Amino acid sequence: MKKMTWFLELAATVAVAIALMPGSTPLLAVSAGDKPASGATVKIDNFSFGPADVNVPAGTTVTWTNNDDVPHVVASDDKLFKSKALDTDDHFSFTFTKPGTYAYYCAIHPKMTAKIVVH
Amino acid sequence: MADFIRDNINKDGIDRRGFLQCMAWAGTGVLYTMHGGILKSLPLAQGAMGGDQMKNMKGADFSFIQISDSHIGFSKEANPDVTATLQVAVDRINSTAAQPDFLLHTGDISQLSKPSEFDTAEQVLKGAKAGKIFYVPGEHDVLTDDGQQYLDRFGKGTKGKGWYSFDHKGAHFIGLVNVVDLKAGGLGSLGSSQLEWLADDVKQLKSSTPVVVFAHIPLWTVYPEWGWGTDDSQQALGYLKRFGSVSVLNGHIHQIMQKVEGNISFHTALSTAFPQPAPGTAPSPGPMKVPADQLRNVLGITHVNFVQGSHSLAVVDSPLAQS
Repeated sequence: MKKMTWFLELAATVAVAIALMPGSTPLLAVSAGDKPASGATVKIDNFSFGPADVNVPAGTTVTWTNNDDVPHVVASDDKLFKSKALDTDDHFSFTFTKPGTYAYYCAIHPKMTAKIVVH
Repeated sequence: MADFIRDNINKDGIDRRGFLQCMAWAGTGVLYTMHGGILKSLPLAQGAMGGDQMKNMKGADFSFIQISDSHIGFSKEANPDVTATLQVAVDRINSTAAQPDFLLHTGDISQLSKPSEFDTAEQVLKGAKAGKIFYVPGEHDVLTDDGQQYLDRFGKGTKGKGWYSFDHKGAHFIGLVNVVDLKAGGLGSLGSSQLEWLADDVKQLKSSTPVVVFAHIPLWTVYPEWGWGTDDSQQALGYLKRFGSVSVLNGHIHQIMQKVEGNISFHTALSTAFPQPAPGTAPSPGPMKVPADQLRNVLGITHVNFVQGSHSLAVVDSPLAQS
């Protein structure tokens, strides 16, 4: 029994590790019908999100990459998504399934603001 | 430096305007004393303190040291060994002639709130010969668990997200938290519950009580474009207007700046890890890279001497490179 618990814990840890692994975007992407999953990227440079406005169809997975020497946290204004602290070169992905305008900011440098528009 | 002196009413070699213009001094520190809200500042030469500086240090009731922005865990080009420079800061604290009563750490102890980073910081700071270390969190210290780990390690017995006050030899010290629940598009934030607590905390104090407030992000608007300010700091400072002597000590911007507003004097400290650019002089406030042999000129600690009765507070910023 003890051994089993250990195994389950390990399995859970591995699953979390895979989910958090950079480049694991395909696991999180949701493909709509027969269409292949699409992606968009936002880069964080010099304390700003680029591009600041991203226009994508529903079902798109957006991936943020931090190129700064300081950590940033990607968080939506309406608390729909929030990344962990992204160190240099870390990624965060979120799949937008519903149309709308999603304003977001850096939770620790709130002057950094941008938005994703999903149509 | 002479280029910046336009008027010099105190005959002390530098005026306030000049000081503010060269606030990003590298390689020198500055000693300043406050007399009833009037600021006098003296450039502090490298090496031993001169007679003028010693005069200002004499008769102090007690002293304490502020250190800030250790960023343990940072390992990029701007400083690949932040643990070593924190150790140098501790060595400097331990070599001061008059042992400080305590240390204030104004946040960003760690780079990523990792347990190992906090462990290292605690281990190094344990070596400082000072009674106690009082902390406030920086935004880098509350990246996980909503800041619970910070509270467990550094904020035991504090209120809310880590604010508190204490009295020391007649002075009232207030540690504030302005790095949590930040709003999109905004600056640092204290929040309504902390402001309510502050109003209540100072209510019973006599107006003659010297007050020292310390927090991570500046409580005055240094440069809003880079987020260097606190949205609701005016409300907090409003509660302190009636006091004859208020000193506000902050970190976050990794450079020395000062300002006087009525009886309130503001001061920001150097980092022990890496410098940041002066406002607007770089595309972003990210770590500033300087040649390795100059790094310790732009890192440092702040020594504060408290003189009771004369409204006099002497603040000395010393670069780590100074012997």
